[in-house]
Amino acid sequence: MQELLSLFVKSIFVENMIFAYFLGMCSYLAVSKKVETAVGLGAAVIFVLAVTVPLNQLLDRYVLQPGALAWMGADFAGVDLSFLSFIMFIAVVASVVQLVEMIVEKFAPALYGALGIFLPLIAVNCSILGAALFMQERQYNTAESVVYAVGSGVGWFLAIVAIAAIREKMRYSNVPAPLRGLGITFILTGLMGMAFMSFMGIKL
Amino acid sequence: MSQEVQTIEKVSEPLFSKKNRKLLTDPLNDNNPITVQVLGICSALAITVQLKPAIVMSISVIAVLALGNVIVSLMRNFIPSRIRIIVQLVVVAALVILVDQVLKAFVYDVSKQLSVFVGLIITNCIVMGRLEAFALANTPWKSFLDGIGNGLGYAAILVAVAFFRELFGSGALFGYKIIPDSWYIANGGFYANNGMMLLPPMALITVGLIIWLQRAKNTKLIENA
Repeated sequence: MQELLSLFVKSIFVENMIFAYFLGMCSYLAVSKKVETAVGLGAAVIFVLAVTVPLNQLLDRYVLQPGALAWMGADFAGVDLSFLSFIMFIAVVASVVQLVEMIVEKFAPALYGALGIFLPLIAVNCSILGAALFMQERQYNTAESVVYAVGSGVGWFLAIVAIAAIREKMRYSNVPAPLRGLGITFILTGLMGMAFMSFMGIKL
Repeated sequence: MSQEVQTIEKVSEPLFSKKNRKLLTDPLNDNNPITVQVLGICSALAITVQLKPAIVMSISVIAVLALGNVIVSLMRNFIPSRIRIIVQLVVVAALVILVDQVLKAFVYDVSKQLSVFVGLIITNCIVMGRLEAFALANTPWKSFLDGIGNGLGYAAILVAVAFFRELFGSGALFGYKIIPDSWYIANGGFYANNGMMLLPPMALITVGLIIWLQRAKNTKLIENA
């Protein structure tokens, strides 16, 4: 239990998706002009991560790993499908996103109105596939992968909401013309990253 | 996003006509995928601590981008637009698997260093962005040039960032020491490596500074925020 809790805190702060690995930067930079939209996208990312990473973990354990197909009979015990993991993971992510979009549209139209345009974008958000690949590299089990997914989603959410809030305030400051917009956002993210680095080395 | 105007096919256009050359050179500066189109930043920053992985990564992205553009462009008339994202993802994922296997076979140590970032070429926004914006509407040869051009634009930024980070962070280039040993404080000199350059935040700040420099030179890119 304690290990799970420390994994959760670690994935939010120490190994923050944006500040430590730069994953999901494209949508982070593109959709961070207003806090409201940032909150919408952040919530959608948490949700999709929490669904896809455990799914991919099961897929990895029962289909893709070397010898994972042993449950189908002795003939399959020697099969190694791990080279297929990229394409399987992205297929799972794309189809889950599509499915989630349809379900939300049918049963929660209000939520769909709020998240609608962001959901399809998430299929190509690097943080989703990145979390799945980190999960595979670090050999998390099912419980760990749920915790890791939610944690890194929350970390991403915090990062995008924070930068959106700063960018709203930046409008009142006098930034040098060539640095306006993208340039200053990069530098701000770098400074925020430095702040987040103070969490490094914390052992839980 | 893309500023290319789709031209009407002429029957006998030379392979390297002015327009085609523009496809190749535009993404290097005026339409750079990283600093102007804001695509493909995710993977660009994490692997720029040293020059070698940055260059391997750039070559991989150029290969995937050019081949992906050609394949999608060849299929563009057969793909139903409703499922085009899935089709594109499958094409890109297949190419990335190829690249990954090649890297594992020939440069295993670099491939270990790149870890998940090779796989993340699949969701690299440059690849999807160029497929959506260009390859779906243009002929294979033009798409090929566009892929190479955008790949080179990506590579230029990656190599520039990696150059500064490796030089100032560890005093070396491609792993060879550039700063003489006698300069270091430990040997009675005056110099110390800036360990900060090796940490992730400095990658972002370096890109920010590159953007600043580029826009100061090329004033038409300035945003009115």
